[in-house]
Parts: sequence; C-alpha cells; structure tokens
Amino acid sequence: MKVLLSWLREFAPIEGDPAELADHLSDLGMAVEEMRMLPPLDGVVVARVAGLRPHPEADRIQLVDVELPGATGEGTGGALQVCCGAFNMTEGDLVPFATVGTTMPGGLVIGERRMRGQLSQGMCCSAAELELGADAEGIMILPSEFELGAPLMSQLGLAGDVLYDLEVNPNRPDAMSVAGVARDLAARLGVPFRIPAPVVSETGEDVSTVASVEIIDADLCGRFGVRVIRDVSIGQSPLWMQARLTLCGMRPINSVVDVSNYVMLELGTPNHTYDLALVPGGHLGTRRSAGGERLVTLDGSEREMLRGDGLIVDRDDRPIGISGVMGGENTEIGDSTTAVLLELAWWDRLSISRTSQRLGLRSEASMRFERGTDHELVPIALDRFCELLDRVTPGGVSVCRGRLDGRGDLPPTTRVRVRPARMSHLLGRPFSSDELRGLLDPIGLQCTESDDAAPRGAEPDDGALEVTIPSFRPDVVTETDVAEEVARHYGYQRLGRTVPRSPEPGRLTPAQRLRRDLRRVLVGAGLSEAMPNPFLAPDAVRRAGIDGADPVRLLNPLATEESVLRPSLLPGLIAAAAYNSSHRNDSVSLFEIGVVFGPPSAGDADTAAADTSAAAVLPTETEHLGAIWAGGEAADAVHLTELIATAFGLRLSLTNANDLDGMHPVRAAQVLLDGQAVGVVGEVDPVVCERHGLSQRCAWLQVNVEPLLAAASAAAERPYRLVSTYPSSDIDLAFAVPNGVQASQVRSTLLASGGDELRSVDLFDIYRGDQMDPGTRSLAYRLRLQADDRTLTDEQVADIRQRCIDAVEHAHSAVLR
Amino acid sequence: MNGPATDTPASTAADVSPEALLASIDAARGEGLAAVAAAATSDELTQVESTLFGRKAALGQIKQGLGSLPPDQRAAVGRALNEAQQDLRAAHAEAADELAASARREQLQREWLDLTETPPGPERGHLHLVTQTTERLEDVFVGMGFTVSEGPQAETDWYNFEALNLPAAHPARSMWDTLYLDLGERTELGDGEGGEASNVVLRTHTSPVQIRVMEVQPPPIYTICPGRVFRRDTADASHMPVFHQIEGLVVDRGISFADLAGTLEEFTSAYFGKAISSRLRPSYFPFTEPSAEFDITCVICEGAGCQTCQRTGWIELGGCGMVHPNVLANCGIDFEEWTGFAFGFGIDRLALMRHGIDDLRDMYTNDIRFLSQF
Repeated sequence: MKVLLSWLREFAPIEGDPAELADHLSDLGMAVEEMRMLPPLDGVVVARVAGLRPHPEADRIQLVDVELPGATGEGTGGALQVCCGAFNMTEGDLVPFATVGTTMPGGLVIGERRMRGQLSQGMCCSAAELELGADAEGIMILPSEFELGAPLMSQLGLAGDVLYDLEVNPNRPDAMSVAGVARDLAARLGVPFRIPAPVVSETGEDVSTVASVEIIDADLCGRFGVRVIRDVSIGQSPLWMQARLTLCGMRPINSVVDVSNYVMLELGTPNHTYDLALVPGGHLGTRRSAGGERLVTLDGSEREMLRGDGLIVDRDDRPIGISGVMGGENTEIGDSTTAVLLELAWWDRLSISRTSQRLGLRSEASMRFERGTDHELVPIALDRFCELLDRVTPGGVSVCRGRLDGRGDLPPTTRVRVRPARMSHLLGRPFSSDELRGLLDPIGLQCTESDDAAPRGAEPDDGALEVTIPSFRPDVVTETDVAEEVARHYGYQRLGRTVPRSPEPGRLTPAQRLRRDLRRVLVGAGLSEAMPNPFLAPDAVRRAGIDGADPVRLLNPLATEESVLRPSLLPGLIAAAAYNSSHRNDSVSLFEIGVVFGPPSAGDADTAAADTSAAAVLPTETEHLGAIWAGGEAADAVHLTELIATAFGLRLSLTNANDLDGMHPVRAAQVLLDGQAVGVVGEVDPVVCERHGLSQRCAWLQVNVEPLLAAASAAAERPYRLVSTYPSSDIDLAFAVPNGVQASQVRSTLLASGGDELRSVDLFDIYRGDQMDPGTRSLAYRLRLQADDRTLTDEQVADIRQRCIDAVEHAHSAVLR
Repeated sequence: MNGPATDTPASTAADVSPEALLASIDAARGEGLAAVAAAATSDELTQVESTLFGRKAALGQIKQGLGSLPPDQRAAVGRALNEAQQDLRAAHAEAADELAASARREQLQREWLDLTETPPGPERGHLHLVTQTTERLEDVFVGMGFTVSEGPQAETDWYNFEALNLPAAHPARSMWDTLYLDLGERTELGDGEGGEASNVVLRTHTSPVQIRVMEVQPPPIYTICPGRVFRRDTADASHMPVFHQIEGLVVDRGISFADLAGTLEEFTSAYFGKAISSRLRPSYFPFTEPSAEFDITCVICEGAGCQTCQRTGWIELGGCGMVHPNVLANCGIDFEEWTGFAFGFGIDRLALMRHGIDDLRDMYTNDIRFLSQF
C-alpha cells in the first residue's frame, strides 16, 4: 500500500520529519518497506512551446523552440532549441522542460548536445520520464494556468512530498486506504483526524427514476449504494490526479476510471462504474449464482460461475459483473459514455475471497473486500466520487438527486468488554481505564464505562470498559483483539521485558541425546551428513530398485520430479553419491537421518472407515539412518554396524539375505536388533549403481533409528562388569565350515558354549582354497579365557576348548582343522 | 711412562718397592684410561674390558704382588690400587653408556621420516549445517529451561490449520502455499481453500507440534519445536519447498507480552551475542493476538545500516505473539487461567547468515565440497 504524505495531510495535520513519521508507521504495524522523498527536480520547469520546426537531417525528431524566461539560445528569436522525438505538442503548449544540468529521476544528467548536427539545449519531458505517469509516448502537456518558468513539482503540488510504501497486514482493512493510515498516524501523533464531507451539487432528476437496486441474496451483499451521474465526458484526468495514482501504483486510464481508483485508494472503498445506457432500466440486482452461468469480464476472459459465486445481474437476470471481483465487458464504460451508473457496495468477505481465489482474479478491489470494507462509508464514498468527477471533468457533470441505498445483512455492531486487569495481565504492565480510553478513542474504538457488573472470567472486572468497535475494524471482535490495539498504540517497544522461568529444567529426551550421539559416531567414522530432497519422481523409486513400495503421492506437486514421498533413503543418497561422482569426487561417504513415508497403516476396514483420528489417516513416518559409501564394499557398512553396536551397547547381528530391494543379490544381510529385523546392510545392487552412472560398488546401510535409540537408551544404564585381575589365556580354533553356515553363527555358538570364562571371540583368519573341501572355508577364531576369581588351570582351559569344539562341530557340521 | 703395563715385572715381590708399585699403578691406570678412551665401538670396548679387568690385567697382577709388601706399606698401595681400579671401572661404564647412546642415535637417525610424506589417513565426516544450527539453537533454549518436542511431518488439516484458528476458507490460508497428500478418496483439494479436517497436508510450519503438545501436556509448558516444513514454493536463492523451522511455545499462569519480549531478547543475546538485540513490531498471524514481527539487530553491520538490512540496522527474523485464545480453547486449555506466547523462525536462514552463503539451494546439493567446509 503506497501513500503520499501530502494525501495523508488532507485528513490530519501531520507534521514532522518524514523519517520519524516512517518510524511511527512501522511501529504501528504498517511497516515502511520504502520511503521515497520525491525528487525536487528543481531543474524541471514549466516552459512554453514557442515554435516547431522540422529537423533538416532527420524525420523522427523535430526542433522545438522553447520559451523560458531569462534563457536565450540557438532557437528562433533567441529561444532555446531542443531536439525532440515527440510530435504531440502544438505551439503555445506548456510543457515540463528539463534544463541543462538537471538530473532526471532515472539518473540521466541533461547536457547540451548535438543531434544530427542540431543543438539540443535541454529536454521536453514525458510523464514516464519524470516518473509521474505511465505515458512515455508524448510530452506532458501542462494546464495553461501553470506559471511559466516555475518548477514543475511545486506547480503539481508534489514538491517536498514523501511516498511511503507500507506493508499492510491482512487484519488491517482500515490501513488499505489513505484515510485509514492517516487515522492511525494522527492518533499516534495526537492530532485530530477527519474525513472531509464531500460537496455534491445535485442537478438532475431523482436517481430512483433512472435506476433501481435489488439485493436478492442478503447474506452476500450487506449494502448496495448507487448514484447516477450525467453529462459525463470521458477524457484525461488532471495531472495532479494522474501523478498521485501513478505514484501509488495505479495506471491512469481516463477520468472516470481514475476517479474510481482515486476514491478506492483514498477511502478504501472499491466501486464500479457502468455505462447507464448499457444497463436496461438502470437496474442492478445481486445474487449468488446457481452455477454454470457465463460472463466475459473486463479483462476479456470468459468466466464460468460456480454455485455460490456472487453476481451482479441486470433487469433480465443476465450477469453483468462478478460481485466485488470484476465487472463485465458488456456494460463497460467507453469513450462514448455520457451517463455513469456508480455502484458502491459492501460484500461478504468470505464470498469474495472464495470467488477471487477460485478464479485466480485478485484485484485491488477484491483484496479490500476480502479484508473487509467499511459499510458506513458507502454514502460518503459515493459523494466523494461525484465531487471528484465533477472537479476533473471540464465543464462539470450533472449528479442525479439522491442515492439508492440497498440493504442486506450487515454485521451487527460489535461491543467488547475490556477489563483493565486483563489488559495489564496480557501486556505485562498496568493499564488504567483512563489510559485505555486515551489509546482507544482516537482510533475510533469508543469506550464507555461498562454497567454490566457480572464478572465473566478470572480477572477482576474493576473499571471494565464497554468498547464499541467501529465498522472499519471488522477484525476486532474480542478483548484480546483490543489488547493488540492497546499495545500497538502504546508502542510494542515501550512494553516491558521479563523472562518467565520454567518450573522444570530444560533438557533433551534420552532419544534426542542419543540421536545426536549417533550423528557424531557417524561423523567420526568418516561419513558426512547429506539432506536429499524427500520428494522424488515416481521413477526414482524404481530406479533405486525399490519395487515393493507404493509411495505416498502428492496431490498438487510443483513438478512430477517431486511428486511422491520417499519410501526409502536409498534414492536420495545414491543420487547424492552420483552427483558427487559426476563432479569428480568418486568416493564420498554420506549419511542421512530422516523420515521415510508409507501409506497410512490400514487397520481393519470397519474401524478404518469410522476412524478419522489423525493416526488413522496420516501416512506412516519412520525415522531411518541411511549410509552410503561410493566405492565402498560391504565390509565398510558391516564395520559401521559394529561400530554403532559398540558405541551404544546394542546387540546387533546380521543374517545374510538374498534379493533385498535395491541390494546386491548376494551381498546383503538383514540387521537384527535382539533378533528383530531393523534394517539392511551390504552393497547396492550394481544395476542400480549403473543406472545412476556410478561405475563403482557402493556399500549401503539403512536401519530404523527408533528401535535403535530405544535399545540404546535402555543399554545406557548397563551395569559395570568387574575387570578381572587374574591372568587370561588365548586359544585359537580353526574350523572347516560349510559355506551355508554364517560366520556369525559359529561365533554365536562359541560364545554360547564357552561359558562365563569365555570373554571374547574374534574371527582373525578366513581361508578359501585348494586345501579346503569344496563348499567349505576355514574360519579361525581367537578365544580369550579368563575368570574373575582365579587363574584358570590348563585342565580348565582344555575343558572349555573341547566344549567349544564339540558345540561348533555338532551345530554346524564343521570340522576342527 | 715406563712402557706397557703388561710388561711391568711384578712376579717377584722381593725386588718391588712400594714406590715402584705406586708408580706402576699410576702407569696402569693411565694406560687403562687411554685404552678405554681409544675404544671406538662397543666390541672394542669389550676387548678393553677384558684386558683391564681380566685375570691377566696389570692391576690384577699388582694386586697379587701386594702380599709381598711389608704390612705397614700395604695399606697405602692397596688404597691406590682400589682407587685406580674404581677410576677405570667408572671410565669404562661411562664409555659403555656413551657408545650405547651413540649407537642408538645412529640407529634412530636411520629411521628418518619426512612426516609430510604421509598419505591422507581416515577423514572425519561433517554434520550438515542445518543440523549444526538446529543443535546450537536447541542448546540455547534448553539452557533457558525449554524441552524439545517433535511431531509428524504429514499432518491433518486440523493440526496444521484449523486448530490454529485457521478455519476452512480463512483468507489467511493463502499465506501458506500448501502441499496436499493424495491418500485415496478421503482427500479432496477443494477450491484451493482446504476444508476437510481429515485432509492431509505436509506441515507448512511446526505449529502442529505445539497443538499436539498442548493436547497431551497440561501447562506449564515451555517447549521448542524444531523441524522440517514444506511449502509449495519453487526453489530459488531464498526459498526451498523443504526447509526447517524452529518454534517455541510457553503456556503458564500470568504469561504476558512482556514475557515474550524478554524471552526473545534473552535468546537473541545468547545465540547471537551481546551486541545483537531484538525488537517487536505489530504484525498479524491468525494463531496469535497480539502478534508481532521479531527483528534483530543486523548481524552484518551491528545496527549501523548496510545493504543486508537495507540500511535499517534491523533484520526480520520471524513471527511471534500471544497464543490466540481460540488456539488454547481448541486444546482444552482455559485461557482465562492460562496464557501463553509462541514464536517461530527459519533455521536455514540462520545458517546462511552465519556463514555468508548467498544461495539457499547450495545447502541442499549434498556436494561434498560444500558439506566438508563445515
């Protein structure tokens, strides 16, 4: 929302340093995004076109003799000579003239120069060149009453003006107008605010004889005001109006459209003009559409209405506009229009919001209606339109007597009980009723002493006020809303600062702490943390070899490449490894701890249908750890698994498994935590690697973090085992073990049969080769034996050794070598 | 010198005078010391040792002849003999140590290494900047007495919007471009306005976690909710469809707007340092009232005004406010008895600010050349 300081001053005597005013605006919640001091442009002055001559060497430029008091030059009769590319001037016109040495708003410095051999001693300016209007085609022709030789900006009333670009929050409909901003600022500065009463001289017949209004759906339209203006001649609006509109971000079109926009900016009341001649009987009706009706709107597109959309219809129930959003082409004002039917309505906010969002038509008007306009301004704004159109139309216009004022459902006046104690509680500083009045009255929130003595809440009611909320603040409905107004006008920065203390100490949960530890274990093991996109292309899931999953789809993805939620961390991490490989970093090791998604857990059909609780409809989310080693082998992933087990005291074991999704067909295993499968480890399917352009092997580990952290949390309390002070003995056992038996099984058997004195079992040698029977390999283990309370005798060691051998040979068809 | 000690006639005690003995002791001592000094290797020194201390050694022979001296003269000669012997032993021990040490030195010299020749060893990995930043933020708030709460990333319309005072068709819903999930017939996109409470969205903020906390935990509540959030935004230098936020929630008796301002100020100076302070400006969020924008002193210019802060000296960090009574009511909390405040801001942007990263997308390429810098 852009506002000019000079415009604000039409509503309140606002004085002071522009930068300080900007601070006040920001502090009131209308953040100043940009403050522009309009350039004084002292070098641009009013000059007269004394003569026009063709350029001897060029067709597209002409020579202008410019008359400027006190200046002489190369032109005819001592006038300044200017080369000009525009041809819209005639002799005697007043034009803005940039003298030599002037810096233009765009930064261009005007110098004396020759164009095709002819001297140019300054520049005649277009509105666009001065950033005062959109017109870049022709030179601005100034009103004949402008003073020759005077600076242009002072003649336009813009000298020393300041343009503020404000960020207005959606809950401040009042701040969507110059008047509303002025009201807030005046209250802050303690100066009076007033909307001047427009002066309209009514001359024509009574409006009711030429127009009528019918509100068919009262819940759609709360108020529908109409005026009729005759003897309209469509032309350009005056420069001051064009300049204001341009500076405030609206393009000047013609006198009627400009006045319409001017009133909207000034009072926050969007309005619409119809060519009276095109509206049969001057009748306007408004109702909700039953759906299916079609209308070509002002932008030339045909729109189809849905049930409930608000429409303006004519006498024959034919749609001629979309309520509060955009008018129809069939009744549009044109150059030949002489009578204007002016609509100024108050619409239901939600209806406008729904229709404009659905149609993707967000206009300055719909933006204001959505936030809520002030229905009490309807007659004032109607009159202001007439007053201005009369002023800007050469010869004036005739305004028909009276206004039509159709009424539908208007919101009732809101009254809010405001307790000083509650305000003090919410804002952390004592406020008396008088203080509250002092802050609320100036912004139109009228306070009276409440005569309702019945306490309504926990806070004491002493000094309670009854606050009547004005029609321009539909956002204020509760006591808490009033607290924000109090805080805003008292000043957020002036409210105190205290720090409340939790009765409990702050802390992370055990799982949160352990998750941090897990990340550090991974980093210590040389892996870096990646954060791949959790959105995937459906194809990416298959490309990663994951066939079993039915990934959750997005209903409105931005792109197909990001249309499903990952069912696994593999697609993201292998893509990350491939990205690095393609940038000549072939052997990266990456991990991620992140959520993977699955369809909602089904439950049985009967309860699922009835159960709308969040848990029943939400997709499943599981936090996984994924780790990839580009150029790595299965052992890398196995080692990390062991490292995690050691770090957190977990009983993790592996079971070889074939044909897992995305995994090497025979270099993969399931990771078991206390016997329950929690993940997979091994190598990525080489086919998957190739599809991603990776020529090397990739080691891979993916585990469900939740059970891991739960077990780690329990294991964190594990008791101390005394370190024995007695000597230990080592024995080495090598077995010929069939290939079908996992080494880990042999190890488990050893551990189980060795008894309490068997302290560790380490696989230290593996041999496959000629000396072995086919289908077997040699596995050599080093066993360390030790007792807590004595030195083991040779006999005891031999006994344990034999137990271990017997157990392995028996359980695994293995043979001691 | 009287010639080599070994040639000294000492077999016949008769022709030996004490003076002669003393002289030959002296000579043997001198010769012995010279021999020790002359030994250049430990082998040579071993040889010298046997000549000095063996049975045929000069001093040994003199000692054998000691008995032939008259008793009154034996003591003086014996003393001299012992002294000479001790001198030689000490000299020998010293020489042996010296030679061993120099042999060790030589051996170690041969082990010379250019340590800069070492090929790279195992590397340490790196935590993602988002993780580092999140943990740093968590630590500050934990120090201030907060717990850390988590919740699902996919949420029902109720948790993401309605419970937060954003009923269906609320115009402010357009403040978030929402991604909806397709979970079969239960979900309909409607007219871009959401609606069905059971529609499932990817959470647009971590506020649903606040609702979930308030549903199960009676006040007082002091918690933060960091986590991943989603918007239907095209990626550019300052936007990602997937990014991270941290929100805070306090609900307790007597909580005021001043408590919000004080808490944010304490956080600001704890996280950014004493030179950085905070300010609140009026703003609008459906779930808070009064609402505020939370600015901090520009961390680049420390308030002097620069390009980053558009010469204002302040940068916008996030939003905050007093928890809206409707939100408390939706969670079954009596808002006359309990009041609260909430705040939230982006985590990714803090990481960008700290390290001077211009483009948010760089943080998510997973390029090891990026990751390994932090």
